[in-house]
Amino acid sequence: MSIRIERERCVGCGACVEACPGNLIKFDPDGRAFIRRPEDCWGCASCMKECRSEAIFYYLGADVGGRGALMQVKRDGAISRWIIRGYDGATFTIVVDRKQANKY
Amino acid sequence: MNDIVANCVSHNTDVLIIGGGAAGCYAAITAARLDPSLRITILEKANIRRSGCLAAGVNALNAYITEDYSPEEYLEYVRWDAEKIIRDDLVLSMCKRFNRVVDDLEKMGLVILKDENGKYVCRGKRNLKINGENIKPILSRETRRYANIEVFNHVNVTDIVVVGDRATGVVGFSVDCNASYIVSARAIIVSCGGAAGLYRPNNPGFSRHKMWYCPFNVGSGYAMGIRIGAEMTSLEMRFVAQRCKDTIAPTGTLALGVGAKEINALGEAYGKKYGANTSSRAYGATKESSDGRGPCYLKTVGVTREQEEDLWRAYLNMAPAQTLKWIESGESPSRFNVQIQGTEPYIVGGHTGSGYWVDACRRTTIKGLYAAGDVVGGAPKKFVTGAMAEGGIAAETIVQDLKQTKRTSLSETTSVALEKVKDYERRLTPRKDQVFTTDELEEGMQKIMDEYAGGIGAAYRYNSQQLGLARKEIARLQKVLLFQHASDMDELLRVYELKDRLTVCQSLIAHMQDRHETRWPGFGVNTEYPESDENWEFFVNSRVVNSEIEIIHRPLNKGETFYEHTN
Repeated sequence: MSIRIERERCVGCGACVEACPGNLIKFDPDGRAFIRRPEDCWGCASCMKECRSEAIFYYLGADVGGRGALMQVKRDGAISRWIIRGYDGATFTIVVDRKQANKY
Repeated sequence: MNDIVANCVSHNTDVLIIGGGAAGCYAAITAARLDPSLRITILEKANIRRSGCLAAGVNALNAYITEDYSPEEYLEYVRWDAEKIIRDDLVLSMCKRFNRVVDDLEKMGLVILKDENGKYVCRGKRNLKINGENIKPILSRETRRYANIEVFNHVNVTDIVVVGDRATGVVGFSVDCNASYIVSARAIIVSCGGAAGLYRPNNPGFSRHKMWYCPFNVGSGYAMGIRIGAEMTSLEMRFVAQRCKDTIAPTGTLALGVGAKEINALGEAYGKKYGANTSSRAYGATKESSDGRGPCYLKTVGVTREQEEDLWRAYLNMAPAQTLKWIESGESPSRFNVQIQGTEPYIVGGHTGSGYWVDACRRTTIKGLYAAGDVVGGAPKKFVTGAMAEGGIAAETIVQDLKQTKRTSLSETTSVALEKVKDYERRLTPRKDQVFTTDELEEGMQKIMDEYAGGIGAAYRYNSQQLGLARKEIARLQKVLLFQHASDMDELLRVYELKDRLTVCQSLIAHMQDRHETRWPGFGVNTEYPESDENWEFFVNSRVVNSEIEIIHRPLNKGETFYEHTN
């Protein structure tokens, strides 16, 4: 269970560094974010929700059934698009309207 | 030589809140509204915008008094679920405020599902359906509306300072830079959450933090209180959550939301065999598996495609790993039942009854120290709204109490606190001959607790001999940790978090040793006393006196009787 931060996409704004409830995300010497201990990630996705550069990807560890898919979230107003890209390149999108409550 | 002593920030405030989760933020907001002249300070080891249990969000409010029910009905529900070991005064006082808290949350911007007549749509008897993925940003935004609330993010508090018989301040350090903090206050609220990570987790390898409870809640609130002699209650009432396998995502959304029943590997619904309260349900899955009828599932096969898509969205709002797992594996809930498992035990007063012994106004047994949320014992089933209600109660009490409280001397607080700062300095001094990493010591603790104190590996079973060994082995690690050094502030945080976890372990073991019965079989089975015993219908409490854990038995208070203590 962890996240990957794509260095090339990171603009060094620090939103994820502030968001992580475990203080796990730090700046590297170039001012870009990296996760210091990937194995300590809770998987809360706070960092992804705060990142405006769409630089953070979420994955399941191999020990919890992961198959190498990466998930990211793109935010547009109250709409969140959760995009899952499988290891084979196929993508799947789930749209969540944050103004709507869960039905369950 | 490091400069953490020189870089010491001294600060003075009226109300100091340790931990800016749901309870802490709401305590600050309540105090700020009641008295704009008060200076209120939140110290938070992460950032209150996303810190604590609600970092991932929450997809329901589990504690609300719906139209056909009453606070008294909620009290009886809690009594049934906790097998009688509850404080009526605490439970009643919080559930009388649930609905006020919900109104407030909605005004702050929380989305709550309503019907065409504008009434809340309930899930089961007591739950409201919401979109809570942003509940923490909503609460933190509300704190910014009040000029008299200040927030120090990224400050980890290690100790509460007591001068004479009164808590007068705290001491801690920045998790980012080489700086220490000494803050004196007229009143202190501890709201640091419960304790995760004491036991070897479900996923002990790479995904070790893929657990139910927030892994960054390490029990510091309990530990700081234990060290200064605050009375604790019901630590032995551990919480084992029944969760989706691997992702450890909540199951309530499946059980209550789409009515999924628990079944064993043979497809038999086993729920009625064990009972329906939280402990019994957890016990059912463990027993079915140990009797060879595992794994167990929630029967979701047959839900419609529309329901399935709603489930994907619901889980994205609180446990995104579960949605990813469904999509990634292709094993969607309409076609595959969801496998369930019990978690490692946690200590968490918001679900079970472990924590500070407080009076009805949330005063702890230490003068000047108040508590709210998961650190408070005796009031299970708080959930989010109950934790916030307790923050509100503590804040209201403080506003009244401060009318009679003089300002304490900063110099006395500082002199006690400086001893702790010197300990940070000592640990930050490089040491080349250190054998263990702090991670290795943590792994050692989790193994001891798992094997000897009723963890998953022991099928939640324990006996007095095993607990004796656990106590001895945890004491060994405490001695080793005394000499553990840290290369930077991040490492220093881990050393102090482990120190707190070990402190909680020792008190927890003492409580487990004392209760000679098995009252909550899903949370743990004392193999020497495997049955529930009506002669044990009282609270097991403890406090540290002269470095020894002293056990105290306190009677249950029934009905409208209030328990009060003078501190």
